[in-house]
Amino acid sequence: MKVAVIGAGIVGSLIAREFTKYEIDVEVFEKLPDVGWGITKANSGILHAGYDDEPGTLRAKYCAKGNEMYDRLSKDLNFELKRIGSLVLAFSEEELNILKELEKRGKDNGVKGLKILNRIESLEVEPNLSREVISALYAPSAGIIAPWEAAQAAIENAVENGAMLHLSTEIKNISNENNQYVLDTSNGEFQFDMVINAAGLWADDLAEKTGVKVSPLHPRRGEYILLDQPGVVRTVIFPTPSEAGKGILVLPTVHDTVLLGPTSQDLPPTQKESTKTTFDGLSKIVKSAQKLVPAVNISKTIRTFAGLRPENDIKDFVLKREGNMMHVVATRSPGLSSAPAIAKDIVNDMLGDLEIKKRSDFNPHRAPLVKVIEMSDKERENIIAKNPSYGRVICRCNHVTEGEVVDAIRHGARTLDGIKFRTTAMFGRCQGSFCTVKIMKIMKRELGKNYEEIRKNLPNSQIVDGDVR
Amino acid sequence: MKNAPKTKMMDMTCVVCPIGCHLKVTVDENGNFLSVTGNRCPRGEAYAKEEITDPKRVLPTSVKVIGGELPLTSVRTEKAIPKRLIFSAMKVIKSIQVNAPVKRGQIILENILDTGVNVIATRTVKKQNGK
Amino acid sequence: MKKLKYDVVVLGGGAAGMGAINGALSQNVSVLLIEREASTGGVLNQCIHNGFGVHVFKQELSGPEYHEMYMEKLSRFDAMYETTVLNVDVKSNTLNTISISGVYEIKYGSLVLATGARERPFEALRIPGYRPAGVFTAGLAQHFVNLENRLPGHKAVIVGSGDIGLIMARRLTLEGVEVEGVYEIMPYQGGLTRNIVQCLDDFNIPLHLSTSIVEVHGKDRLEGVTVAKFENGHPVRKTERFVKCDTLVASVGLIPENDLVNETIELSDGSGANVDDLMRTNIYNVFAAGNNVCIHDLVDFAAVEGEIAGKNAAHVAKGKELPERMGILKKGEGVGLLSTKYTIAAEPFKLFVRVKKPMGTTILRLNDQKIKTVLAAKPSEMIEVKMDPSRYNMKGNLILSAMEVDKI
Ligand SMILES: Cc1cc2nc3c(=O)[nH]c(=O)nc-3n(C[C@H](O)[C@H](O)[C@H](O)COP(=O)(O)OP(=O)(O)OC[C@H]3O[C@@H](n4cnc5c(N)ncnc54)[C@H](O)[C@@H]3O)c2cc1C
Ligand SMILES: Cc1cc2nc3c(=O)[nH]c(=O)nc-3n(C[C@H](O)[C@H](O)[C@H](O)COP(=O)(O)OP(=O)(O)OC[C@H]3O[C@@H](n4cnc5c(N)ncnc54)[C@H](O)[C@@H]3O)c2cc1C
Ligand code: SF4
Repeated sequence: MKVAVIGAGIVGSLIAREFTKYEIDVEVFEKLPDVGWGITKANSGILHAGYDDEPGTLRAKYCAKGNEMYDRLSKDLNFELKRIGSLVLAFSEEELNILKELEKRGKDNGVKGLKILNRIESLEVEPNLSREVISALYAPSAGIIAPWEAAQAAIENAVENGAMLHLSTEIKNISNENNQYVLDTSNGEFQFDMVINAAGLWADDLAEKTGVKVSPLHPRRGEYILLDQPGVVRTVIFPTPSEAGKGILVLPTVHDTVLLGPTSQDLPPTQKESTKTTFDGLSKIVKSAQKLVPAVNISKTIRTFAGLRPENDIKDFVLKREGNMMHVVATRSPGLSSAPAIAKDIVNDMLGDLEIKKRSDFNPHRAPLVKVIEMSDKERENIIAKNPSYGRVICRCNHVTEGEVVDAIRHGARTLDGIKFRTTAMFGRCQGSFCTVKIMKIMKRELGKNYEEIRKNLPNSQIVDGDVR
Repeated sequence: MKNAPKTKMMDMTCVVCPIGCHLKVTVDENGNFLSVTGNRCPRGEAYAKEEITDPKRVLPTSVKVIGGELPLTSVRTEKAIPKRLIFSAMKVIKSIQVNAPVKRGQIILENILDTGVNVIATRTVKKQNGK
Repeated sequence: MKKLKYDVVVLGGGAAGMGAINGALSQNVSVLLIEREASTGGVLNQCIHNGFGVHVFKQELSGPEYHEMYMEKLSRFDAMYETTVLNVDVKSNTLNTISISGVYEIKYGSLVLATGARERPFEALRIPGYRPAGVFTAGLAQHFVNLENRLPGHKAVIVGSGDIGLIMARRLTLEGVEVEGVYEIMPYQGGLTRNIVQCLDDFNIPLHLSTSIVEVHGKDRLEGVTVAKFENGHPVRKTERFVKCDTLVASVGLIPENDLVNETIELSDGSGANVDDLMRTNIYNVFAAGNNVCIHDLVDFAAVEGEIAGKNAAHVAKGKELPERMGILKKGEGVGLLSTKYTIAAEPFKLFVRVKKPMGTTILRLNDQKIKTVLAAKPSEMIEVKMDPSRYNMKGNLILSAMEVDKI
């Protein structure tokens, strides 16, 4: 039995890993050069508690459940998860009424620990909140992760358990011949018994290619500003949600930076790659974020970026099975939170009647990555004695060592962003102005490349070009 | 009657000292220096004259090093050379290379473009280990 | 963990750090340099242009020459290279380092911070658009060209008219890269006039004032930028223009590097260390000098500050008490930056002042005492003021103001 998973975002990665628990051949196809570089690369990274999804939707079914599953996943796969809790702020009586509705809905959805705080209690949890706040809905189960890290960890673990990963391989077409699915890819043809389409923003197009009708996707852009202002907030701060969605938030990241955003701008279906930021979007973020937390200091900007949500007209996930092919469409928010629960259900559904055994040698663990800065002096001493390159600090903002950069390359990083999103080098306030050259030197040595062959991320993102002499 | 002399006014900034006076320089039809205003000291006048007749600049750049710890050594002209020769000088400098080791102050190229000015290394580059 | 002990520990081996070593060695104390890079020199290593050393060496040297010549002045001192300080504990007078030789705890009598500055990256400007390859800080572009023998691209736009950007405009032009122009959001230049003349005017590179980038184009590699006129920090509609380029070089400011001590050392609003005229910080045995105090135009001043810091650090390490602070310097009208925050009002010292905006003939006053007249004051050019306690009252609150003399 051979299964193909199309798309190595958080959804595809967790599905692939789930399949490797069974005696079945798994292959993952990703058109980008690295894992988790689609929607999964640019979002809020929140494990939502699950109180704002209307009962009866797939979002309500999967969000709280998926969120809970991350505890186990983060331990098994060794990626960072911080259960920091969230606050939805109310600035008026009308908003307070909405909070009460959310609280009730949350209870129906099985969300634990929800509580409405008064003004003083809210300020105790989060001293930098606007003094205008009158109340807040506190959800202790909300958490944050680095979504791409979770996807990378899941894929790595899947590969350790026998899955095959095809990067930079785009699925161009899918046809069905003699109960076999033929994938026509940018790297040749492949045949499978079963196919999972987890292609994010392109999942509707791929479904269409196999003759399956789903409501079409259009991108909804979300812009962000990342700040170097650790400690300004400790929890995820939401405004009261409105028709337009969850609104612009202020939240810490697992890397101790602060994220402001996202905006919410609908784009035509032709703009599925339009991840640019805009003047209006960035101005709006500043205004809205400072309304929640006036202490937000915009002069501490590290960078801006934007992500695209795959939206449809029913505002819900669509899981559509046709024969031995499953389409996972419209993985909008809270798709990240829901992904583990979706993955489990899909694999159960696909393998349901087939008598496929669980593998006895499945190893759920991914070895932790070395992070020298988080070690004790004794641990540092030991690891440097074994491998001195763990003593050579390359990135001065986040104290990433040469050894960690080499590890990232061994774990699959082939580009500067690949290293950035695995080690956090170049992630900090200097944005690589000091460490880029050092990292490129290590890449040259480890990968046997010259400077001109090194890319930032995409195939044409060359960094330097030509000799001075 | 003779035609009135054709003079031309030129704006320039004196860079001799950090004040950076804005100079208004008058030249005749052949571009010869006539007068200057706006300078706050006589050095400004001397600067303006040279800028009009034949401005000079020190040229800093680099030269390829073979077998060195670094791929390049930085170099400069020991003294200022005429500005008009800068791109020709770059052509010459681009065509040469030196073998490691390079010592700071070492003459890399004598009398570049017959200016009487040498190009000297401004960085020491040791031989690459084991070579 | 290995342990070491020194009278004076110098953090950072750029011009200020070398100066500090020099100052400390002159007082016969034990000196340890800790430097993150593989050698001394700091930013001098990549500044191959001429213009260094006019005061100290009485000639116009390039950065690497200045570095080597200064090193030749120094007698023996101990140094740890490629070593990163992870934390400084000013209570126990110790710091912890990490390097390929392991982890060390180092006890100091006095500490001199000479950690220089870092560049503000382009990303921090929040300019809309995509985030492609081909965007460099001026320092990174300079590193690639001057040390790695690599060209960043073939057609460049420079944003910000700071000195490194101007220097790179010339450097790239000389190496055959087309520099389309320099875009500066302020109505006046950021760098020295001599650099405008020698680096832009000489090569007919236009400087566009009150103009900046409003959008970055290109998803993989930079394909161009949209520029527009700016008024009061906002783009003016209908002045947008597309400029095709594959390289963007940002020279948009240097930020004093004090991350290691930002919780213990008093910093100014520009994040430089607040020091007195002996270069001492708020901690009695911690000194600071160079670009981490305030951004210097001239290397000589960074080195001289280092010498003062090193010498006084040695005094304190030997148990000598330094005089108490008598005056507090404050920015008054027209003043954007002061290099020194406190004064002991005992000996003359050099104070560096930057004005807020370009002015003509300008009078600097300390409270109501006239201390200097300059014929032209520009934010890009530091004004050196000799502060002499035998001539001026330098005690108490000292407000330094810069006022333009009305043209008659
Ligand atoms: C602004 C924003 C904020 C969000 N905030 C949150 C949040 O806080 N919490 C939360 O739970 N969710 C959030 N979400 C939603 C969450 O990010 C997504 O649900 C999740 O990342 C979707 O993952 P995915 O695997 O479906 O998609 P992707 O990560 O896009 O993965 C799909 C992959 O398929 C690849 N692919 C596409 N077509 C092909 C092809 N033809 N051949 C091969 N490969 C192909 C793509 O390159 C991509 O890597 C947010 C989303 C956005 C945009
Ligand atoms: C592009 C440019 C052009 C210039 N042009 C001129 C000119 O023409 N003429 C002129 O006179 N001056 C010029 N200057 C100014 C002058 O060179 C600088 O002001 C001076 O060199 C700064 O010296 P510094 O020691 O303060 O900083 P740096 O040279 O930056 O040195 C700081 C050192 O500290 C190290 N360090 C930092 N943090 C740590 C840590 N935590 N642990 C260990 N080590 C650390 C760094 O690696 C570095 O070696 C120029 C400056 C620049 C940037
Ligand atoms: S004319 Fe004199 S005062 Fe004016 S800039 Fe030149 S040297 Fe300085």
